[in-house]
Amino acid sequence: MTLVLEQLLNGVQLGVTLFLLAAGLTLIFGIMGVINLAHGSLYMVGAYGAALVATKTGSFALAALGGLAAAAITGMVIEFVVIRRLYARDHLDQVLATFGLILFFNQAIVLLFGRQPIFIGIPPLLSGAVQVLPGVFYPVYRLAIIVVGIAVACALYLMITHTRLGMLVRAGATHREMVRALGVDIRVLYTTVFGLGALLAGLAGLMAGPILAVQVGMGEQILIVTFVVVVIGGVGSVRGAFFGALIVGVSDTLMRAFLPGLLRGMMTGSEADALGAGLSSMGIYLLMAIVLLVRPKGLFPAHG
Amino acid sequence: MPVLLPQHPGQGKQIADRFLKSDKIKLFTGIIFSNVAGATVPDILDAGGIYISPNAGPSNFAGKECHRNYYVVSWQNDTLHESAGQNATNLGYKRAFILAPNYQAGKDALAGFKRYFKGEIVGEVYTRLDQTDFAAEMAQARAAAPDVVFQFHPGGLGIAFLRQYQQAGLLGTIPMLVAAPSADSVILKAVGDAAVGINVSSHWNADFDNPSNKRFVAEWTKKYNRAPTFYASQAYDTALAIAAALKATQGKVDDTEAFRTAMLKADFQSVRGAFKFGPNQHPIQDWWALRVEKDEQGAPVLKTKGKVLSNHGDFYAPQCKL
Repeated sequence: MTLVLEQLLNGVQLGVTLFLLAAGLTLIFGIMGVINLAHGSLYMVGAYGAALVATKTGSFALAALGGLAAAAITGMVIEFVVIRRLYARDHLDQVLATFGLILFFNQAIVLLFGRQPIFIGIPPLLSGAVQVLPGVFYPVYRLAIIVVGIAVACALYLMITHTRLGMLVRAGATHREMVRALGVDIRVLYTTVFGLGALLAGLAGLMAGPILAVQVGMGEQILIVTFVVVVIGGVGSVRGAFFGALIVGVSDTLMRAFLPGLLRGMMTGSEADALGAGLSSMGIYLLMAIVLLVRPKGLFPAHG
Repeated sequence: MPVLLPQHPGQGKQIADRFLKSDKIKLFTGIIFSNVAGATVPDILDAGGIYISPNAGPSNFAGKECHRNYYVVSWQNDTLHESAGQNATNLGYKRAFILAPNYQAGKDALAGFKRYFKGEIVGEVYTRLDQTDFAAEMAQARAAAPDVVFQFHPGGLGIAFLRQYQQAGLLGTIPMLVAAPSADSVILKAVGDAAVGINVSSHWNADFDNPSNKRFVAEWTKKYNRAPTFYASQAYDTALAIAAALKATQGKVDDTEAFRTAMLKADFQSVRGAFKFGPNQHPIQDWWALRVEKDEQGAPVLKTKGKVLSNHGDFYAPQCKL
């Protein structure tokens, strides 16, 4: 039982990381209609920005600020320089251009930092493990990720439902032409939303840094899963991104942890291991296929 | 001698194809990952080329499908982990939890460990090759409460695994035992103190006391200003082995049988000490127990502790008919 709880926490921690990425991706798609494959690069830029500041200053707080700034500024610059030219084009052009950005960013990082992965230490305040329930120890840092992720989700919810920017975001997602017709400076809104998405991706990247290795291509690994989250949650819906991310995070972790064991109860060891490992890596994609069959627009579609 | 560094492991096959067809190259070496070797080596051999592996020794090329023009200077994959299994048995561990990525070398690793470990396996987990977060697997290991965790995660995977093992608070409670690829000098440098106390088994270590190794370590350290990894030692041995064979054939590789006769003599001073080729053209060599300890500066370093296996060939050699 304690094992299930610990695995649930692991799943939620993966889920909130995915949410931070998926929220930006889904907003950018919902409002601007752009498929941004380079979203994973912003995650990487956030992680490298934080790693650079951390190695120079040794302060995790400064590193976090550095990572956020690097990702947000990079996001706004690519919106201004590249993405802005793509709004009127079809999705194939967008995919090609943003795929080009992935190659550009990966190569730029190789030139600047080299291929060796970089490691950031966990800040002393957040190192070690705490007893969350009797007999269940959990790393403080991973708990902190969960707390930050849920806080960001609440802040985003408040922003979208209670502020003027949020009203424009909601209106932009459902009635893009009308917002423009009412005289809202849509270009500023687009740059802002893109910067916000980049900021969230950078936050996910810099928080993942001390757990994983900061390395070239780290964004592409997680980007595919992020797209699964966006499809399951419903394209353009931040609420969908939140629940989709939690569903994917928890089900991926639980399948990885328990499926091989369950199968071993039913068949011989080596077959169970092979099937279990295979099924658990396919699991979230199967889940996506089922969701697409039952609810083609995702679980929480933005456009009603 | 053309050298091309692929940007991505998947490009290995294309590069070999180009070397074979456009540049008419005959002699190939250099692939690190077993999955890349699996895709590339058959093309080279079918085209009449020679392949000499400095690292990957997948089981499927060591047994029935062994080849007259395929040599492995490093090890057959399983033997790395057989030595780890023997090491765990020697150290008196009774219950082991074992993990490896779900690909050929990972499967060979767990098979090899189990072949020589006399205790009980309380858990066996295959991770994804692209996985970087091992929290779910750590929780399983903790719940199984083993005497020892054996894991095989080479390169960047190993660094992430060790750091998360420490972050999960497992390092102090369940000892870890690994084979050489999961604790090379680059990994130790990145992990720092977290690695101290880990038991390692290897066919080579920087502190081996033989003239060839002393020269190699001194010259490497002078040039690159860091300790060599075992990958470097194997590549160095591979170059020595090829050079010795080419010297005997006056630099010719067109007659692959003449090259083979020269190559199989293994007329070179390996940095690991004793070395010869077995019947499947994979090494017969000694395996050693190492342990991560702190050196005078307090940095983690591998110290050789004793021999684990002597003149050890591999499990698949009897199936090979050459």
